[in-house]
Amino acid sequence: MALLQIAEPGRSAAPHQHRLAAGIDLGTTNSLIATVRSGRAETLADAVGRHLLPSVVRYTEEGPVVGDEAKAMAALDPLNTLASAKRLIGRGIAEVKGLGSRLPYEFVRTDTAVPRIRTRAGDVSPIEVSAEILRTLAQRAEDSLGGELTGVVITVPAYFDDAQRQATKDAARLAGLKVLRLLNEPTAAAVAYGLDRGADGLHAVFDLGGGTFDISILRLRQGVFEVLATGGDSALGGDDMDHALAEWIMAQAGIGDDAGHQVLRGLLRDARAAKEALTDQPAAPLRIALPGGHHWEGRIDRATFDGLVDPLISRALAACRRALRDAGLKVGEIKDVVMVGGATRVPRVRERVGEFFGQPPLVDLDPERVVAYGAALQADALVGNKPDGELLLLDVIPLSLGLETMGGLVERIVPRNTPIPVARAQEFTTFKDGQTAMALHVVQGERDLVADCRSLARFELRGIPPLVAGAARIRVTFQVDADGLLNVTAVEQTSGVQAQVEVKPAHGLTDGEIETMLRDSLTHSQEDLEARRLREQQVEGQRTIEALIAALAKDGEALLSPAERQTIEAALAALRDRVAGTEGPAIKSAIEALEQACAGYVERRMNTSIQRAMAGHKVEEFAS
Amino acid sequence: MAISMTAAAARHVRNYLDNRGKGIGIRLGVRTSGCSGMAYTLEFADETQPEDLVFESEGVKVLVDPKSLLYLDGTELDYTREGLNEGFKFNNPNVKDACGCGESFNI
Repeated sequence: MALLQIAEPGRSAAPHQHRLAAGIDLGTTNSLIATVRSGRAETLADAVGRHLLPSVVRYTEEGPVVGDEAKAMAALDPLNTLASAKRLIGRGIAEVKGLGSRLPYEFVRTDTAVPRIRTRAGDVSPIEVSAEILRTLAQRAEDSLGGELTGVVITVPAYFDDAQRQATKDAARLAGLKVLRLLNEPTAAAVAYGLDRGADGLHAVFDLGGGTFDISILRLRQGVFEVLATGGDSALGGDDMDHALAEWIMAQAGIGDDAGHQVLRGLLRDARAAKEALTDQPAAPLRIALPGGHHWEGRIDRATFDGLVDPLISRALAACRRALRDAGLKVGEIKDVVMVGGATRVPRVRERVGEFFGQPPLVDLDPERVVAYGAALQADALVGNKPDGELLLLDVIPLSLGLETMGGLVERIVPRNTPIPVARAQEFTTFKDGQTAMALHVVQGERDLVADCRSLARFELRGIPPLVAGAARIRVTFQVDADGLLNVTAVEQTSGVQAQVEVKPAHGLTDGEIETMLRDSLTHSQEDLEARRLREQQVEGQRTIEALIAALAKDGEALLSPAERQTIEAALAALRDRVAGTEGPAIKSAIEALEQACAGYVERRMNTSIQRAMAGHKVEEFAS
Repeated sequence: MAISMTAAAARHVRNYLDNRGKGIGIRLGVRTSGCSGMAYTLEFADETQPEDLVFESEGVKVLVDPKSLLYLDGTELDYTREGLNEGFKFNNPNVKDACGCGESFNI
């Protein structure tokens, strides 16, 4: 019997239609997968109860091994055990070379831009390594949830560029996962604390992990997070605290730098354990194994440890100060400080971050899992498991964006709920012969008629080369950036003339208004359908009339007998009459009647224009 | 006529309700769909409807509409773990046969 979770009122899924979604924190050192069960975000464990999956892949004869089992073999099989793929993903060969000296892998020369690493299983790219990690996590989720994942949200550092984001998406595709969207890690942490549902304001996310430190300043405005500034130190983290403590122990115990590898590795492990013990105890005992079976015993109290890590914390706070300065902000403007990363468990870190920002930081959620929680909440909302009242507006377009076309109809370019940033383009053409300008009217809404939608902006494209109706090609691009800013550009393809306008689409619309607009579009759907049909026929009729009048003015005298002309004029008048009315089918039949009346005329026009084109040329010229 | 739940189910429901921050209990129901007739629904309840029947089990309010109760009478809601998967399970004495996956059933 399938096991059920509690759904929000009215949101029970039909059998076999559960929309399972998960959030993935794809980390440099460790990765996590989380999901929302019965309304609560929780990380998922593997069969033996481990939540953290080390981001390490080892290629063996029998295939890839991921996680703790791979990590355990890193020292013995370094060339086939790949860690830190995240540092390489989406980077070019040249950039990787800079890092390469610090990484023990064997890079393969390739002619493509993607670096590849030589392993026993062949050459692999960082994308493939990441895909293995994602596949392992997804499998864990499908085992835990009892079904296939509809989609996932994967978190990436706020500073990831387009290439790195694209590479992360490629890795997901390779793992057979549908990416609902990539979410910035600091944004995910803020979402986990529910800050997206709070009032607009500025938030700082302080992320001190094992090996890296990131500070991000976010601005929440109308449910959308904008990253104002990022900063940090790619070589500062909890590991540095372990090293500082280990060095202190060496000095106390009289261990020299020449002590064997074994001793040093044991020392680091003990230092780490002592650091963790000091999180909730005032002092920790130390017992260090020395060569020859001896032991050194001592203890460290919190004050001493604080003194050791203070210089490291000062470096992190200096980066915070720089990020604030970059964003042009003062410390006092920050509303909340979210703590992310295992190293933020250290009491001294919390204390000094609190002093720096003048308020206690948010620490209620497990700092190692908070990013995955936020990703899971976002994924759950994106697959539609949230009640309508809590429709998440974060990073999606709330209402469709489109252009007015002939007849007052709306041509939808970017449909609602499209994740942003997004760019969509469509080609339009001219309606009249020799038309040299085009008015563009940008609208927002779900209805079919412009009159029922909200007008956002109007602009004009001038300088279109005079051509017959329908020959000019005008490419209109709608681009919505991460802040929800809409930029509409129109470019005439042959001449390159262009015009553009910038608007803020969400501006001024409250959630209530958006809801009303959505409801209207449903209640009026039949009406809209009929209105659209009529307008389309009217436009088509008008176009036929315009074309015929232009043709008659040109060669009507020469090609038509008075009787023929009279028949055509009569059919034309009939169509004019119908176009002014409100019956779509009548317009259609009037167009057909006119086309029939014109059949002979059209044929003669065609012949004369061909004759004109061929006049003065020899037959041989057309042979090839 | 009654609906009950095990102590494990009640503990999880209370946890989830606390975490959600609102809700007076849970609503059990059935609806037509699925591969074998009827399907269970399990939702948080924010308000009682006038026609609802309310049962109290292990300190948790269970709401059922009278039509669903015809199919659910005597059901015990349980919380179990099967491998990595965990969740709620309906132990319904009325069920004659269920589809392979157990998501829908016949009476």
